[in-house]
Amino acid sequence: MSNTDHQGDVWEVFIQSKPGLPHKHAGSVHATDKEMALQNARDMYTRRQEGTCIWVVPLQAIVSSMPEDSESFFEPSDDKIYRHPTHYIMPEGAKNI
Amino acid sequence: MDKKEALINYCLRLGDTSLILGQRMAEWCSNGPILEEDIAMTNLALDLIGQARTMLTYAGELEGNGRSEDDLAYGREEREYYNTLLSERPNGHFGETISRNFLHDAYLYHLYAALKNSKDEMIAAHAAKSLKEVTYHLRHSSEWMVRLGDGTEESHNKVQQAINDLWEYTGDLFEMNEVDNLLINEGIAVDMNTVKQAWDNTVNEVLTRAAIQRPEDAYMHSGRLNAVHSEYLGHIIAEMQFLHRAYPDATW
Amino acid sequence: MEDIKKLEEFQAKIDADLKIEPKDWMPEEYRTHLQRQISQHAHSEVIGMQPEGNWISRAPSLRSKVVLLAKIQDEAGHGQYLYSAAETLGKSRDEYLEELHSGKAKYSSIFNYPTLTWADIGAVGWLVDGAAIVNQVSLQRTSYGPYSRAMVRICKEESFHQRQGYEIMATCALGTPEQKKMAQDALNRFWWPSLMMFGPHDSESAHTANAMKWRIKRETNDELRDKFIQKTVQQAEVIGLTVPDPDLKWNEADGRYEYGEINWDEFWNVVKGNGPCNKQRMRHHIKAHEDGTWVREAAIAYAEKQKSKQLVA
Repeated sequence: MSNTDHQGDVWEVFIQSKPGLPHKHAGSVHATDKEMALQNARDMYTRRQEGTCIWVVPLQAIVSSMPEDSESFFEPSDDKIYRHPTHYIMPEGAKNI
Repeated sequence: MDKKEALINYCLRLGDTSLILGQRMAEWCSNGPILEEDIAMTNLALDLIGQARTMLTYAGELEGNGRSEDDLAYGREEREYYNTLLSERPNGHFGETISRNFLHDAYLYHLYAALKNSKDEMIAAHAAKSLKEVTYHLRHSSEWMVRLGDGTEESHNKVQQAINDLWEYTGDLFEMNEVDNLLINEGIAVDMNTVKQAWDNTVNEVLTRAAIQRPEDAYMHSGRLNAVHSEYLGHIIAEMQFLHRAYPDATW
Repeated sequence: MEDIKKLEEFQAKIDADLKIEPKDWMPEEYRTHLQRQISQHAHSEVIGMQPEGNWISRAPSLRSKVVLLAKIQDEAGHGQYLYSAAETLGKSRDEYLEELHSGKAKYSSIFNYPTLTWADIGAVGWLVDGAAIVNQVSLQRTSYGPYSRAMVRICKEESFHQRQGYEIMATCALGTPEQKKMAQDALNRFWWPSLMMFGPHDSESAHTANAMKWRIKRETNDELRDKFIQKTVQQAEVIGLTVPDPDLKWNEADGRYEYGEINWDEFWNVVKGNGPCNKQRMRHHIKAHEDGTWVREAAIAYAEKQKSKQLVA
């Protein structure tokens, strides 16, 4: 592969399926610039009326936690059950707000 | 010629142009420069053939002899086809296809923008729907014009040559005859001189962005209005109509 | 020592039906197995555009033309999803394409058979997509996350493909005598190659054991092939076509079809490159790639220019 010919960069694609809903990861496309990335994402991921808005993000711009971070990142919340409403006892007969 | 005959002819012009350009775009399937582009070009073909179906169905209804979209698409010969000469130009390399499509997309964009206000409800609705599709087509071809025109020296030269070669087929897009005159009076058709002005602006703007020289207007081919085509059309429809002609009794 | 512990954890995760994600540790053989399988799957989708594309310009109605186009477009899309999944394993699409062009990577042999008549387009949709769907439904539960997600999306989109093919077959089979002959001929030519799509017998398949242990595959080649046959024979009967297998018979007691043996010589022959269209398909793909070089270079050059303009400004 020469430097002057390649398939373009990878862009991750996020689609909002309805106004009010969050953008959800749909997949990725190859493209050489942002306009092409947007068009390719439109042609690839909204063929079946899936979308009302598209985000494209260069893969290199995404920062991900690593599997080795998992214990320190996510397990400390395991014993903080007081953050969930089911932790609390409601007096008999009281209605939820 | 009465209004009905004129309107049928007008629908065939729109329908045939979409059909032939759609058939051309479908030839790109599995030949694109990158997989994403294969998908983009198939989308264009799908939009165009969809447009053709609407207009051919309507032409058949107006005619009142029970001819369907398929009867019209598969049952006519080249001297009965009213598509633009530009739509039947061969795909050539990717730059030639993009150049042809760009000139054509700009044309359909402004034509449909004007026809949205047609007094014929079917034409107006068809134009409104098609305008949305063609807006995207024009964006696609314009952006590629810019990338190829302002990309490498090779791509620049290829696209400049393509535009030069295609230019002589652009006059045909805007020609008018008694069909137009009759339907303009009825508020159904639009004056192609107005469309031409808008087309000029779009073409100039994108060619400038693409660093491509607009060719001088010189000799222009014509033929669309009289269904006189290049040799290419005969091959396009011979291929398209093969099964119908080989098995006239069959339905598919 | 470290690796043995990691391997145990990895297998425990697989056994608990947890998905493996790109950044997770995985044994090198798992990675290379997936790279091979997913890219082969991607190449198959993309090469598969050719035999079907062969009939777009000749589709006998405008409806059948748009349906066929939409279907082939889906296949391009599926190829794209699969290349994306394969890329998460640390190889670029450029590298996968190079492997295809050099002959190192394979694609499904079914696409080395020609589509000679319109009924063949029916047979491809009905049998080839039918076989692919049986395989893909099973692969939705594959252990590698990106592959599984691609499969879920693909299965959702593929659901109309097999119907499209069966509809063409049914129309031909119930049409004029010439159309019926065309349909039967298509079934005759595509039946056995479709069964070969599931790959060699489990006992002959070099990769089956690992693929099952790591839950890359969830059912074996023979299990999937059997599923396909049981469903498809009945569909052939409904439209009055005869499956070209003299040993095919209904076993009343077991409530299932019994069938004959595949000609494995033909299978290996086509895999080795001697199918009717192997060379044609590869030449076509390489030509499209090479014809596109100047276009990709232009797009890259344009993007570079824009970037340097931004830096100056």
